[in-house]
Amino acid sequence: MVSKAESPPAADPGLTSGVDLGQAYRDSNIDALLDELDRELVGLKPVKTRIREIAALLLVAKLRETQGLTTDRPTLHMSFTGRPGTGKTTVAMRMAKILNHLGYVRKGHLVVATRDDLVGQYVGHTAPKTKEVIKRAMGGVLFIDEAYYLYRPENERDYGPEAIEMLLQVMENNRDDLVVVLAGYKDRMDTFFHSNPGFHSRVAHHLDFPDYETDELMGIAELMLASQHYEFDGTARRAFREYLERRMTMPHFANARSVRNAIDRAKLRQANRLVKKGGTVARGELTRIDADDIRQSRVFADDGEDSTDTPHRGGKDAV
Amino acid sequence: MHITQGTFSYLPPLSDVQIRAQVQYCLDQDWAVSIEFTDDPHPRNAYWDMWGLPMFDVKDSAGVMNEVQACRAAKPERYIRVNGYDRRYGRQTVGLSFIVQRPKNEPGFRLERQESTDRVIRYTLHSYATDKPEGERY
Ligand SMILES: Nc1ncnc2c1ncn2[C@@H]1O[C@H](COP(=O)(O)OP(=O)(O)O)[C@@H](O)[C@H]1O
Ligand SMILES: [Mg+2]
Repeated sequence: MVSKAESPPAADPGLTSGVDLGQAYRDSNIDALLDELDRELVGLKPVKTRIREIAALLLVAKLRETQGLTTDRPTLHMSFTGRPGTGKTTVAMRMAKILNHLGYVRKGHLVVATRDDLVGQYVGHTAPKTKEVIKRAMGGVLFIDEAYYLYRPENERDYGPEAIEMLLQVMENNRDDLVVVLAGYKDRMDTFFHSNPGFHSRVAHHLDFPDYETDELMGIAELMLASQHYEFDGTARRAFREYLERRMTMPHFANARSVRNAIDRAKLRQANRLVKKGGTVARGELTRIDADDIRQSRVFADDGEDSTDTPHRGGKDAV
Repeated sequence: MHITQGTFSYLPPLSDVQIRAQVQYCLDQDWAVSIEFTDDPHPRNAYWDMWGLPMFDVKDSAGVMNEVQACRAAKPERYIRVNGYDRRYGRQTVGLSFIVQRPKNEPGFRLERQESTDRVIRYTLHSYATDKPEGERY
C-alpha cells in the first residue's frame, strides 16, 4: 500500500509561486460594483466599509480554494439592522450582485419576503409557502424583511416556527444555493436572535444601518432628483432642508423613503403648477422644482390638519 | 421496452447533471418549467398529471431539481418528464420536454390489428401498462 505524503499536491507551479491578487480582483469586476455602491448611495460609511471587507474576504477565500488550501465555504448569511428607509433593501440588492460577481451565488437576484409570504394560515399551509419562496430565491439572495415577525412566542399555535425550521435547514444545507439576509429594527432583531440561537449561529455578518443626517438626506434628495431629470432651484433647496428638519421630528419618519415620497409630492405640485399656468413651457421649467412646490406641504402647516398628505393621516409614509 | 419521447428521444437517458443544465437553459430563456408524471406512457396521452404548478419566477435550476427529486421520491414507479414552456406571444408552446424517470420495468406496447370491411386492416398501439386499472400499473 502506498502511504500518502503529507505534502500539498505538488507539481503545479501555480501552487507554489502564489497568485496574482490584483489580477483576480480585476477579473471579478468587483471594483466597478463597489465604486457604483459608493457613488449611488449617500452616506452609509460603516456599511460600505463592511461590504469592502466582506468582498475582500470572499475574494481571498476563492483564491485559497484555487491554491488547494482547504477552506470551508465561508458562511454568507447576514443580518441588516436599521430603521425603515435606511437602505437595507437597496444594499441587499447590490450585495446580491457582488456575491454573484465573486462567484458565490449563481444568479444574483434578490427575492424579498415577509412573514406573510412564508407563514400560512392553517395546518399544512406553511411548508409549501416557504418552499415556494426558497425555490424562487435559489441562486440568489433571500431577503427576509422584519424577520422577527416569524417568531411569535405569545401565540403557541403560531405556524412561524415551521417556517423558521425550514429556513434554518436551507441556511445550513443549501449554502451553495442561496444566501439569506435577515432585516429589521436593531433592537427587535437582537431579541429575535436571542430567542432563536439557530439563526444567530448561522449569520456571519451583522451590518447596522445608521439613520441619515440632514445633509445626507439632502444628498439623497439631489441624487434622486438628478436621476429623474429634476432639480431644486436655490430657494427650493433651502425649503427642502427646512422641510426635512420638520419632517424628521414627526411620527413615521422613514429616512430616505420619506425623501422619495416628498419628492414625488413635489413633482405632483410642480406639474399642477405648470398646467395651471398654461401656455408654452421652457425646457428648464419642466425640470425645475421651486420653493412653493415644497412649502405647500402640510408639514409646514402648524395645525397639520386635514389634507391628503399630513403625516398624521394616510399611510406610514404620507408626507 | 425502453420508451423514449420528447426532445432527447434519440439519446440515452440524461444524467442529473445534464438534466440540471437543460433546466437552466429553459430558465435562462425565461421559459416556465413544469414537472409531470404518468403511468400511461402512450405517445398520444397528452394528459400527464402535474407535479405542482409550472414554476414561473424561478431563476436557478437548484429549485427545480429539488422538485424533480421530490417527485421521484413520491412517484418512484412512474414516468416523469420536465417541460419548458415558452409563453412569449407568437410562440406559446412547449420548447423542450424530456423524460427524467422511468419505472423499473417497462412492459411497452403491442401492435393490434383490427379486421375491417373489404379486408382493410387497422393498426393501433396498445400499452400493456393500461391493462391494469389506473393506480395499479407498475
Ligand atoms: N444611501 C442612500 N442613497 C440614495 N438613496 C437611498 C439611500 N438609502 C436609501 N435610499 C433610497 O431610499 C428608498 C428606501 O430604501 P430601502 O432600501 O427600501 O430602505 P429599507 O429597506 O431600509 O427600508 C429607496 O428608494 C432607496 O433607493
Ligand atoms: Mg426595505
